[in-house]
Amino acid sequence: MSPLLTYGIAGAGLIAIGLYALIVRRHLLRKIIALNVIGNGVFLTLVAAAPRLGAPDPVPHAMVLTGIVVAVSATAFALALAVRVRDATGAAALPPPDGDGASGPGH
Amino acid sequence: MSSPEDNAPVLLRGIAALLAAALGVAIAGALTALPPSSGLRDAVTGQMPASGVAHPVTAVLLNFRGYDTLLEVAVLLLALIATWSLRLARPPAGRDRPGLVLQALVRLLVPLFIVLAGYLLWLGAHAPGGAFQAGALLAGAGVLLTLAEGRPLGPLAPAALRGLAVLGVAVFLAVALLALGGGRLLEYPRGQAGLLILLIEAASTVSIGLALAYLFRGDEPVPPERRP
Repeated sequence: MSPLLTYGIAGAGLIAIGLYALIVRRHLLRKIIALNVIGNGVFLTLVAAAPRLGAPDPVPHAMVLTGIVVAVSATAFALALAVRVRDATGAAALPPPDGDGASGPGH
Repeated sequence: MSSPEDNAPVLLRGIAALLAAALGVAIAGALTALPPSSGLRDAVTGQMPASGVAHPVTAVLLNFRGYDTLLEVAVLLLALIATWSLRLARPPAGRDRPGLVLQALVRLLVPLFIVLAGYLLWLGAHAPGGAFQAGALLAGAGVLLTLAEGRPLGPLAPAALRGLAVLGVAVFLAVALLALGGGRLLEYPRGQAGLLILLIEAASTVSIGLALAYLFRGDEPVPPERRP
């Protein structure tokens, strides 16, 4: 197995781990971290796929650089929203799925 | 308050695990099935002399796919405006007064950070570096200042800070529109690409550093008379 394939499979694994945590965890901070794990998996996959024949293709590298800044912007805004949710509801988490939702945000 | 258990029901967890595993296997399988290809490398290498810079990633970012970078700076500005509009409580000043050693160290480090940011900005033309790396260094200096001083950054008025935050997008858009006169959007005039890219990157560095530092702080700039 080539080292590039190893990085690509590691990226696919990060995407899977992040997607699982994004669905299962209710705490907003954990969801934000899960989204970042997915994003980093995508970046790792893209960079691993760049040098398939000789020297690396610069276009995926540029896309990852752009993606990092967009991910940082989205994460910062998500964290600010999570702080706002905590201030408004007392907990930075989604309500439990079987609850009546009376204590949750948005009700 | 919700229950201390932070996990979803077992059935949902099982479905999520299956879905995530299937996606991971599908992506890994697609990667192994990719045919060997040099992608767009040869197209980029062929146009490098016309790009105005010597580093291929910078050429793609600021010239060949300049609109990606324009939108990216705009997304950063949008996140900053959205965060400011949430009106989060200002971090309490003077609660944990930082020590004199930290403050003295930060005063020594911040000028060094600014010089290094300028170096990275200049380096971007022919080596890994550029506006975002330089902006991240400036933001690091802003974060250190915030932690050491616990008060708004610098003596600038809020209007000036907002202006600096918009500067990167404004300069980028102005160059794009000026280039529109002689060709297409973001198609730099022949021979002036290098200078225009440096201009855009210099303006973006300031805006990126300011935006990232204020995203860390979370608070809006306040006028001097309302400062603690």
